[in-house]
Amino acid sequence: MTKNILIAGFGGQGVLFAGKFLAYKGMLEGKQISWLPSYGPEMRGGTANCSVIISDEPVGSPIVSKPDILIAMNLPSLDKYEKDVVSGGMIFVDSTLIGRKVERTDVKVFYVPSTKLAQEIGAPKLSNMILMGKVIKEAGAVSYENLEDGLKKVVPAKHADMFDINLKAIETGYNY
Amino acid sequence: MVVFEKPKSLTDAELHYCPGCTHGIIHRLVAQAIDDLGIEGKTVGVAPVGCAVMAYNYFACDMVEAAHGRAPAVATGLKRAMPENVIFTYQGDGDLASIGMAETVHAATRNENITVIFVNNAIYGMTGGQMAPTSLPGQVTQTSPYGRDVATQGYPVKVSEMLATLDGPEFIARVAVNNVKNVKEAQKAIKKAFENQINNKGFSLIEVVSSCPTNWGMTPVDALKWVEEKMIPYYPLGVYKDRSAKEAE
Amino acid sequence: MAEKVLMKGNEAIAEAAIKAGCRHYFGYPITPQTEIAAYMAKRMPKINGVFLQAESEISAINMVYGVAGTGYRVMTSSSSPGVSLKQEGISYIAGADLPALIVNVQRGGPGLGGIQPSQSDYFQATKGGGHGDYHLIVVAPASVQEMADLTILSFDLAEKYRVPAMLLADGTMGQMMEPVELPEVDYKPTEKDWTVTGTQMKRKHNIVNSLYLSPEELERTNFERFERYKQIEENEVRYESFMMDDAEYCVVAFGIASRVSKNAVIAARNMGIKVGMIRPITLWPFPVKPIAEAADKVKAFLSVELSMGQMIEDVKLASECKKPVYLCNRVGGMIPTPEQVLESIKKMAGGEN
Repeated sequence: MTKNILIAGFGGQGVLFAGKFLAYKGMLEGKQISWLPSYGPEMRGGTANCSVIISDEPVGSPIVSKPDILIAMNLPSLDKYEKDVVSGGMIFVDSTLIGRKVERTDVKVFYVPSTKLAQEIGAPKLSNMILMGKVIKEAGAVSYENLEDGLKKVVPAKHADMFDINLKAIETGYNY
Repeated sequence: MVVFEKPKSLTDAELHYCPGCTHGIIHRLVAQAIDDLGIEGKTVGVAPVGCAVMAYNYFACDMVEAAHGRAPAVATGLKRAMPENVIFTYQGDGDLASIGMAETVHAATRNENITVIFVNNAIYGMTGGQMAPTSLPGQVTQTSPYGRDVATQGYPVKVSEMLATLDGPEFIARVAVNNVKNVKEAQKAIKKAFENQINNKGFSLIEVVSSCPTNWGMTPVDALKWVEEKMIPYYPLGVYKDRSAKEAE
Repeated sequence: MAEKVLMKGNEAIAEAAIKAGCRHYFGYPITPQTEIAAYMAKRMPKINGVFLQAESEISAINMVYGVAGTGYRVMTSSSSPGVSLKQEGISYIAGADLPALIVNVQRGGPGLGGIQPSQSDYFQATKGGGHGDYHLIVVAPASVQEMADLTILSFDLAEKYRVPAMLLADGTMGQMMEPVELPEVDYKPTEKDWTVTGTQMKRKHNIVNSLYLSPEELERTNFERFERYKQIEENEVRYESFMMDDAEYCVVAFGIASRVSKNAVIAARNMGIKVGMIRPITLWPFPVKPIAEAADKVKAFLSVELSMGQMIEDVKLASECKKPVYLCNRVGGMIPTPEQVLESIKKMAGGEN
């Protein structure tokens, strides 16, 4: 099994962080993984994206050009990558920020008002982790077990106070 | 009885410098300081590109030959790797004040604990007498055949004055070797520049106003006269910065 | 066995260098390799090492030259435009027969180019780069693990043969994260008789130098250096052979291009095309022999590169043009997709590339 995952949104939405979480989680489960960010000026406010591959086989190209799973956190990202998703793939949409519907009919689509849900749990910046919760539930790329282990690797020690709220965001998305 | 001996930290190699060139005196002063301080065994020198390019054959300590202008960077590497050793560079005006200006300024502003001997003779000697960053206004050279025109070729760089404006360096002084009195002053300054390093005080640069009879087109005697009458008025001798002395006041 | 950690390629280089005994790093900020400098800035002060942000790439490489003369392990890193600036110093280091590691995390060029991945410094890295007759040992990692492993290998080879080594990566390799196991290195500095560490008044002075005004002497030093290059060519070629046993077609690719190509080779195999891949791990010395042997077996080669076709020249030379060599490439920071490489393989197999 190989899951090619593309997470895309504005810089600052936590695209790279969410990808890192998935990558670590996959690694801790004994999977082969790769994580590749877009880099450069877009880190500071433009569009950012991140390729994550989680596989039972050694990972070939780390660049996800045909995602099995697309997580679109803003409209430009959906506009740009909708066409690239493989037939039968999945698209996760932040329906708070993205007004339109997915046009493709050969993919499974999950609309999650993740920005709104994040505000509701008091963590307006964690739309990314809400979406991760939903991805874990629907796509099964990584397991819902031992979430803490994966999170520990990505929440830095100086932000340890953010640990519980991240966990809550994932759970919120998972149960949405 | 006075016995005149060659300093031990000079090799027996015959110097290649032109007749009347003051590089020989300056080599001797550097070697004498190394001898006096008993540091030859732990000293590593960095030779420049320019007339002193083969200084590595003349100093008996370990030597590195650097690319043009890069001696302070090479010395930085040596000193950072071997803080207990004594590292000096020996550079001319084209090397230090033109192509290597960035290396010079930044080694100074880092207060890199090295000793820099800067020989200013207002000309590129090795390549046959072209305009140097320190050539005087109106000075005729191969590449300023009508005299250095400050309107198009700019003004000379006063290295000691400029570096003294930085907070970083420990000791900046300008000396000359055109007469016995000045040679003695130069000897003192060069020795101090090495002592500063041994005492971990940091960056010391001694600018030595020097002559180039061959490329100035003068006899050695006239060249020394030109140093006195033209160079020194433009490049006044003295201590430009001495942080420890100032702090002691 | 060490624990696997998830690391960026750039960080893996830095940590592996430290494991290999490197305690001196000099650099200057440039995308996409700045993580190496940032990592060193954090780590070196804690292990009694030296991190220094130089005033320029030129100064950085000359600081490397200074440390290299002392025999300590030393490195610098940069990306394409910065590596061009370093060429003067690299030539001096080669001319003075000193070991050092230079890392180039390539980006698109020429000129200021872009900041996205590229392999267009292949010529510069493998054919000299600076002035004069010389080579660098050039290694090309294709995974974060290899970023670490080949860093360590580079230090060892550079020291063994007294030549500078270059690790030639690209923006993707530098930025991507993969699990990596950092090996423990048992590095013990060896006594060297050529270092400038002070005579201690016990020996004649050593001189680190690349100047020989006598042409006879300069020629002799060049001949002597090329004898060592010959040994390196005989002993240090490294490559990966992938599905080459029964291959009728051969892809040649290194670094990120080989990762993309691997997907394409597998896809082509699934379609019944007998294709394999030779992945040079050392770009200099180039794996001439395996490609020459493949030339007697396969029908054609496909060089996959993030350049306008640089390595392809070495593939043609190594295969002595016995078989056609085609090019599949993207440049300027673009990366070919596996689908594009697959199309090129299909065309090659259909004989109409």
